[in-house]
Amino acid sequence: MGLEEIPPNLPRGEDGYVDWSKVDVKDLEMPAGDDMGIVSDDEGIDVEEVKSESGFGTVIVVDNLPKVPDAKFEKLCTVVRKIYGQIGVVRENGLHMPKGADGVTKGFAFVEFHNPAEAAAAIEQTNGYKLDKAHVFKVSKFDDFSKYDAVPDEYKAPEPKPYVARENTASYMLDDRGRDQFAIRFGDETEVHWNDAQVKEPVEVYKRSFWTESYVQWSPRGNYLATVHRQGVALWGGPGFARFAKFSHNGVQFIEFSPCERYLASGSTHDPANAREQAQVVVNFFDVRSGAKLRSFQGPISDFVTGAQRGLTWPVFKWAGASDSGAFFARMGKNAVSVYEAPEMGLVDKKSIKLEGVLDFCWSPADPILSVYQPEQGGGNQPARIALIELPSKKEVRSKNLFSVSGVRMFWQQSGDYFAVKVDRLTKTKKSTYSGFELFRLREPNCPMEVLELPDKTQKIVAFAWEPKGHRFAVIHGDGARPDVSFYTMIDDSSAVNKVKLIGTIKNKTANCLFWSPKGKVIVLAGLKTMNGQFEFFNVDEMETMASAEHFMATDVEWDPTGRYVTTAVTSVHQMENGFNVWTFNGRLLYKHQRERFYQFLWRPRAPSLLSETKEAEILKNLKSYSKRFDELDESIRNAQDSHLAAEKQEVTDAWNAWLAKKRSRVEANDYVDEVRKIMRQRYPDWTEGGAADVVETQVEVEEIISVVEEPLSMVR
Amino acid sequence: MRPILLKGHERCYNKEGDLLFTCAKDHHPTLWYSDDGERVGTYIGHNGAVWTCDVTEDSKTLVTGSADTTCKMWDTETGTCYFTHQFEQPVRAVALSKGDQHMVISSDPFMGVPAALHIVDVAANREEQTNEIKISMSGPEGRINRALWGPLNRTILTGGEDGVIRLWDVETGKIVHEANDHKKQIQHLSLSVDKTHFISASLDKTAKLFDSETLECLKTYAADRPVNAAILSPILDHIILGGGQDAMAVTTTHSKAGKFDSKIFYKIYEEEIGGIRGHFGPINALAWHPDGRSFTSGGEDGYVRIHHFDNDYFRIK
Repeated sequence: MGLEEIPPNLPRGEDGYVDWSKVDVKDLEMPAGDDMGIVSDDEGIDVEEVKSESGFGTVIVVDNLPKVPDAKFEKLCTVVRKIYGQIGVVRENGLHMPKGADGVTKGFAFVEFHNPAEAAAAIEQTNGYKLDKAHVFKVSKFDDFSKYDAVPDEYKAPEPKPYVARENTASYMLDDRGRDQFAIRFGDETEVHWNDAQVKEPVEVYKRSFWTESYVQWSPRGNYLATVHRQGVALWGGPGFARFAKFSHNGVQFIEFSPCERYLASGSTHDPANAREQAQVVVNFFDVRSGAKLRSFQGPISDFVTGAQRGLTWPVFKWAGASDSGAFFARMGKNAVSVYEAPEMGLVDKKSIKLEGVLDFCWSPADPILSVYQPEQGGGNQPARIALIELPSKKEVRSKNLFSVSGVRMFWQQSGDYFAVKVDRLTKTKKSTYSGFELFRLREPNCPMEVLELPDKTQKIVAFAWEPKGHRFAVIHGDGARPDVSFYTMIDDSSAVNKVKLIGTIKNKTANCLFWSPKGKVIVLAGLKTMNGQFEFFNVDEMETMASAEHFMATDVEWDPTGRYVTTAVTSVHQMENGFNVWTFNGRLLYKHQRERFYQFLWRPRAPSLLSETKEAEILKNLKSYSKRFDELDESIRNAQDSHLAAEKQEVTDAWNAWLAKKRSRVEANDYVDEVRKIMRQRYPDWTEGGAADVVETQVEVEEIISVVEEPLSMVR
Repeated sequence: MRPILLKGHERCYNKEGDLLFTCAKDHHPTLWYSDDGERVGTYIGHNGAVWTCDVTEDSKTLVTGSADTTCKMWDTETGTCYFTHQFEQPVRAVALSKGDQHMVISSDPFMGVPAALHIVDVAANREEQTNEIKISMSGPEGRINRALWGPLNRTILTGGEDGVIRLWDVETGKIVHEANDHKKQIQHLSLSVDKTHFISASLDKTAKLFDSETLECLKTYAADRPVNAAILSPILDHIILGGGQDAMAVTTTHSKAGKFDSKIFYKIYEEEIGGIRGHFGPINALAWHPDGRSFTSGGEDGYVRIHHFDNDYFRIK
């Protein structure tokens, strides 16, 4: 463009060029038909919106604050500052709380942090924060406001999604023969089978290669099978194992269902980008049925590792037993246990339970009762303590002080009736330890407690286990390779007050693990690991051994949910003999199943029984009439199985014989035989079939006396 | 009998089954009475592990193949070596043809020379024995662990390191069939009496039964250990397979964990009948007595065990 083409209306400087300082840009007119490469707003051309950092990445908006008049303004500011000051550094003048014309705040505030990471953490941690009942924080990024702004003012009801009938996830419970399912994982395969005691082999239900990327798990009531993948968790169920839900969680490593099966926790650790930083832990909570993410906990690994733990031990959050009063889960922090409640996912009473130096905690499997252990404090001035805390009231049900404790282990009975603590105490010299048990009775008023010490209290306690439904427990104790096993009951019929009583001790058993039948009464004394897989099936009612067995190198023992069958498995920790054996409860081997690279065996849990206790007792009483039908069914299946097998064998035999006959007809044909004879006679001219060449023929002269007749010699004279 | 520890590797019965020849990593093939296990004598002359042996129909000549790169021919009665075939490579397998006119010798791949099969004549008159190689066949990589003559000496079956079973035409030296059913090295092949089928033993933890003409896989016997040897009963539809965890890993495991027992299977149903324990090292070789009433096993533990079946065995249906 030459100077002469410059529009005449532009102010010019002395040198004849345009004096841009005097030009009002708005007066400029583009030459017609030439946009000079500048897109005009008027032309309505959609240009892709370039997302840029608005510079407000460090600002968050906190909504649902109380609306306060001037008088309380400062106080509210202090509260908000305090909340956010714990998470990050709030900039100077970084808190802005707009007021209305009447001087009352509008119920929201802007908080500015020093960096976007802090802002993100603040949103993560305080969204849903309960200031009080009426004021639950809604926290969002300032940058997100344009997004929220785009929400139409007019409410439009969402289109109802067409109803899709889902498969019945409890269909496996409807098996007319009352069989149980199990899942196995080996190599790249995951398979679900029926355990069929009559057919004596697993009957396949469903199988799939590469179903999971790390492991599988049944939900606690058996409705779903969870598979774990790099992107998250998927749930499968129903007769065809269709996918029911998926939960996105990148790099998920662990999952944990709530006992009521309504919630799922998933956890993962992520290695830091550079070595100086800590690994990050992410724990997400999901609603199983809707698939919604309810809450996410994130932070450096040090926030999740507490007490004596060296690394992160999963589960970080432990679920309380299923109950009507709510779904609680808790996590141990420094000097506190934080209890949350689902589905609101908030801290109960907004406060953690303060427990100085808390080292371990456990939930009752049946009630929202928490047991906690605090070691000695202040160099022994303050004794160690075991406490039972009831939720949601946070009332201490019972506590017990203990002296010179070196360590404890807590054992809840399955139905929450009893609670035992194994206490290892230091002797006076502090050089050795001895063990004892503190036993709590939860169902009796005031939760009475008593102490049990074994006759020889210096003996090492190898294992302890409560009878799942009952009043008994078993202890393996002893120092040698063949320890003793003792059984105790919590009910003493002979005394007015219930006292723990020894039932009996069996001596010199190769056992280091105890596995009670889920129905009680029967226990498997197992010698795993160093004991190479020895098993004893023991009836505690009669105090007699029903069977002894061996599954060499077995690593795992699992009872089926009905207590009818037990499996012992050798998993891939050993190279050889991978697979599992299925036994009846009384120790009869049903079948073996060998699989290379065997990883997991999981019985499918059953849904809780819908029968009332009285009904169950009635069935037990008339068991004979009920079992008759099933016995007949079993018998007929067994017979069918036998004849089926026989037919199959016959078929295989016939096929083989036909093949062999075809081949033999050629081998036995004359020309073939001649050929063989020719080959053989080249070297051994006397050769004949059947090796007759070696038979040496000898002639034997036989003198036979046919008859002896006496003849008188006639004398001739 | 003085216990003689032999690192048993390979054994063979003579035709009548009264004599048992064993050869082992200890350089000295040995002759035993198969019935009572009494040692008759040893054949001294090899300077390396003896991998293989075979005996003529008339039991007069024994041929052995050794890692000392020779294949020796012995007079069984006197124990003298009357001829030595010298090769450049270790000898892995020898087999006499039906009628003892020829024998096939397999040599290991060595110094860049691939594994090969050599066919030589066995002279009727020992003085006329030459080392002239009639045909040499080679091609596939990896050593050949076992070579067997097919029906009417027209073919040779081989199995080896690459896990492929091959059927060679003796006339042309070409490969007629290949079977790729095994996933790992083949350790042993053994023909049925009528030569219509044969069984293979492989480190892929299976033994398989094949049609010896078409190499069609007929049966598979799954064992839970690497299989080093598998044999067919001459009288019943049974097979025995033996093996065990690799010798390298043995010291780290319990003798039971190594799976060193020999297993009897139904040939037709592919089902296990039972097992015979005893060895505390992997079994390297098995041989069934020609009358089918006993069998011998040789293990890495150095023992050769002769097992006589009791009458119950013959009553198994």
